[in-house]
Amino acid sequence: MADIGAKTGGQGSSPPALPTWPDEVYRALKDAGVRQVAMVPDAGHSRLIRSFEADPETRLVTLTTEEEGVAMLAGAWLGGERGVLLLQSSGVGNCINMLSLPAICHMPLLMIVTMRGDWGEFNPWQIPMGQGTRAVLEAMGVIVTRADEPDLVASTVQGAANLAFNTWRPAAVLIGQRVLGAKNFKELARK
Amino acid sequence: MTHPNALLHRRDVVNELLRARGDLLVIAGLGAPNWDVSAAGDHPNNFPLWGAMGAASMIGLGLAMAQPKRRVLVITGDGEMLMSIGALATIAVEKPANLTIAVLDNERFGETGMQKTHTAAGVDLAAMAAAAGIRTSRVVRTQAEVTGIRDLAHQGSGPVFAQIKIHPEALVFVMPPADGVILTTRFRQSVLGESALYN
Repeated sequence: MADIGAKTGGQGSSPPALPTWPDEVYRALKDAGVRQVAMVPDAGHSRLIRSFEADPETRLVTLTTEEEGVAMLAGAWLGGERGVLLLQSSGVGNCINMLSLPAICHMPLLMIVTMRGDWGEFNPWQIPMGQGTRAVLEAMGVIVTRADEPDLVASTVQGAANLAFNTWRPAAVLIGQRVLGAKNFKELARK
Repeated sequence: MTHPNALLHRRDVVNELLRARGDLLVIAGLGAPNWDVSAAGDHPNNFPLWGAMGAASMIGLGLAMAQPKRRVLVITGDGEMLMSIGALATIAVEKPANLTIAVLDNERFGETGMQKTHTAAGVDLAAMAAAAGIRTSRVVRTQAEVTGIRDLAHQGSGPVFAQIKIHPEALVFVMPPADGVILTTRFRQSVLGESALYN
């Protein structure tokens, strides 16, 4: 479990254990046959991104904006490869019109979205898109599931991957801030 | 022989790019590039877009990475390319050797009333692609140069970017199938075989 102390450099006598759910997510994505990973980085995805950086079987592509990834993974599917899009909730808004592509073509699209603007958020600018994330995805025909416990993240991703790649539909997993640990910039600013 | 400064005609350009296309895979951007590619001959190895503006070049990248032994040609318009200009940076970083992007640049939003795009004011897409790191990046003004891009698309070392200056003419629509499932399925069946039909 990521705790707030871990994110803000708590001064305990021993370093807090790092969360291991990203390693389980990595394994679930490998088991699902993911070969292309498109991403705009988020802190909540950093451990998973490091796993893919170290994986020579996976093509890891950094995007300039998230909708590039929706299109890229449509191309991957046309060529017979599976992929995943890693993004923060703010990036979901950038994807809206591009989500027409998997919707109208019945293509799989697996999105893993790390949330901002929900549990424990301190930055007011994150609230509008964070609160709109699920509604936007569902409005565009994406099947949304959500994990708010670290122990449930990998199985939620596995279920969404099966749904996407077996039924050829777009599916998104939202990983809540309760899992990721909310940033506290005021505490950081005092240091 | 046309005047050397005369603008190219878009369907002449596309017919040349697709001459003896072999097993070339083609992504067409929405609007006139879709109609041009279809006028050259509807084909299961075409994926013509009817929406998702800005998708064409990144679909090309994902496809080129998934099918590294095939050649992928994206044919799109200046408005569509401008909407996803960041994709040039992403593609430059990934360096797909089998990807060519050909922009049919009429300096207009052709489907919406021929309003001027940024290229009409001098925005230089080829220079932007080159600055991003796509080394083979050209402005094309003659049919002979189009043949050069056609040859690069078929056997050159990519990524290749071409900004092809064309006449702002409005031509009759030649439309491929519009249904996304049909376009997706026939493309995948052609590239991947019968297994593509099964979930």
